[in-house]
Amino acid sequence: MFNIERWQEIFDTIRKNKLRTFLTGLSVASGIFILVVLLGVGQGMQNGISKEFEDDASNSIWVWTRPTSVEYKGLNPGRMFTLTNDDYDFIQRKHKDQIEFQSSRVRIWSAVVSHKKESGSYSIEGIFPDFQLIENEDMVSGRYINQNDIEERGKVAIIGYKIKKDLFKTIEDPTGLFIQLNNIPFKVVGVYSDKGGEREEDRVFIPSTTAQQVFNRGQTISNLSYTLQPEDNFEATVAKSEEFVASMTAYLKSKHVIAPEDERAIGVNNSLENAKRFYALIFMIKAFFWWVGVCTIIAGVVGVSNIMLIIVKERTKEIGIRKALGAYPISIIGMILHEAIFVTAIAGFTGLIGGLLLLELVGPFVETEFIANPSVNFNVALTTVIILILAGAIAGFFPAWRAARIRPIVALRDE
Amino acid sequence: MIEITDLHKSYQMGSNSLHVLKGINFKVSQGELVSIMGSSGSGKSTFLNILGMLDEADQGSYTLDGVQIKNLNEKIAARYRNKFLGFIFQSFNLITYKNAIDNVGLPLYYQGLKRKERNERAMHYLEKVGLADWATHLPNELSGGQKQRVAIARALASDPKVLLADEPTGALDTKTSYEVMELIQGINDEGKTILIVTHEPDIAQMTKRIVNLKDGLIIDDRRVEQVRAKSYV
Ligand SMILES: Nc1ncnc2c1ncn2[C@@H]1O[C@H](COP(=O)(O)OP(=O)(O)O)[C@@H](O)[C@H]1O
Ligand SMILES: [Mg+2]
Repeated sequence: MFNIERWQEIFDTIRKNKLRTFLTGLSVASGIFILVVLLGVGQGMQNGISKEFEDDASNSIWVWTRPTSVEYKGLNPGRMFTLTNDDYDFIQRKHKDQIEFQSSRVRIWSAVVSHKKESGSYSIEGIFPDFQLIENEDMVSGRYINQNDIEERGKVAIIGYKIKKDLFKTIEDPTGLFIQLNNIPFKVVGVYSDKGGEREEDRVFIPSTTAQQVFNRGQTISNLSYTLQPEDNFEATVAKSEEFVASMTAYLKSKHVIAPEDERAIGVNNSLENAKRFYALIFMIKAFFWWVGVCTIIAGVVGVSNIMLIIVKERTKEIGIRKALGAYPISIIGMILHEAIFVTAIAGFTGLIGGLLLLELVGPFVETEFIANPSVNFNVALTTVIILILAGAIAGFFPAWRAARIRPIVALRDE
Repeated sequence: MIEITDLHKSYQMGSNSLHVLKGINFKVSQGELVSIMGSSGSGKSTFLNILGMLDEADQGSYTLDGVQIKNLNEKIAARYRNKFLGFIFQSFNLITYKNAIDNVGLPLYYQGLKRKERNERAMHYLEKVGLADWATHLPNELSGGQKQRVAIARALASDPKVLLADEPTGALDTKTSYEVMELIQGINDEGKTILIVTHEPDIAQMTKRIVNLKDGLIIDDRRVEQVRAKSYV
């Protein structure tokens, strides 16, 4: 490798066989170029879809009630039933180890909320402190509901940023000021914002205990929400969550006298299930691009092997001459491989850099619904180039080896 | 210098076997200039190729400068070819993309000489064949006679013990042929052992010994009065 005479010999050969070198190089460079761009687009699609998904994705599980749909133990279908604090407490106790965050919710769909002369109709939700994490709310000012508020049934409220704008206009920070919820005064202790935008910022959060008391809800609640402790891997997490959902619905059905086969009565939205579909889609996209990539590499390897075969064939007579002049077989093999590896490497890196440059220059401007910031993992691309070089070398070795072993007289006869 | 006893060679062609050399006994001493004659297909090239270790005999013994040539591995064969033998072919066999000086320097490359020394030595031999001014020309810029001179310079470059030439004038016109023969005679005058395969009697007359091959056997081997090529030029 480090024999300077050999390098000179290689450069001589390359310089004087420009077309051959160019064609070899072109096929390798374009192969790598296409591969890099493809992988980039694949990554871009993944980014794009991930982004769509991120907006309202979490690992949350929501539970609510609907009219029953199956007659059971003498009870007619179409019966309404309501979740209670007991349900919430029981599930909390039973699944203590699994649950990460939890909150029940008491929902007052539309209430008049006012501050001084400004008023509007918004929904009020009585919740627990964990709800902030389940819904992923950010605080603009002040704090969220805390355990103390729950225990003391405090008349405190967290308002959405939109409500703040509607009711408080120019007042920068309304914490400490009072609002009326259906004419009952509550102290604003925080303002939240939501990544989902304004349509998620028109709610007022108060302690769930306060909500039940003030709005005469007794022990009833509107729905339950949970997130679970993540497992080691995604599959296990999904499996655990399905198990949790099954166990919880079974309990609720027996408690509220609902037929086990009633699929309607208890509504469950397990966003992990959605995530599973999402990951399956991502996986398919990735698999597709990898498949295309592997095919490109195989095509590249076949191309390089073909070129190597042609080169060796074309040089058979030259090899015969060299052998007649006293070339060792190893030096013949070395000569062919050295040149092939050198050309493939230069061309491979040219294609690699070309592809990366294209992605780098054009990538940030690509912003469609499905493709975002196409980019490629440099290590993956580099590995591909190295694979191609190695494959080319191996593919080239056999014809070179054969050529080096044929008797000089046979090689010389070649035209 | 060369000693051959009972040399046999057949070519296998499908199920047929063509017995080309059928027991050749042959001796050449240092400094001889020998021509091998015979009609086309009589096995001259086959014989020369075996002498040049480009091909192997089926049977018989071959000693070159006291070294037994038999069952050599590729590596040793390559070294012997480089050290002991210089080849001149009818079709020149120059490497087309290398210029004259690089072609001449190639055997020296395989001896592991550095470029500078290769070029010095190659230049020396190009001067010897009268082509110093053509050193940087590619083969396709040279005439047939010039190509053969480059090939001769290349054969001489590694200072081999024996020069082997297979119809060196076969592709050249008469005048150029005589010029090449003059060069070969000059090299022989300096003491180099040379074997020439030819079917042209006038070329053979310019050597010192004529060996006649027929049906795979030497039928005639005699010394002749050498005709100097110079007298024709
Ligand atoms: N590689 C080969 N395979 C089969 N037959 C061959 C081969 N080389 C030469 N021959 C045959 O061997 C005979 C001698 O060939 P050759 O030595 O080239 O003769 P010459 O040089 O005297 O014309 C010819 O009949 C030729 O056809
Ligand atoms: Mg012949």
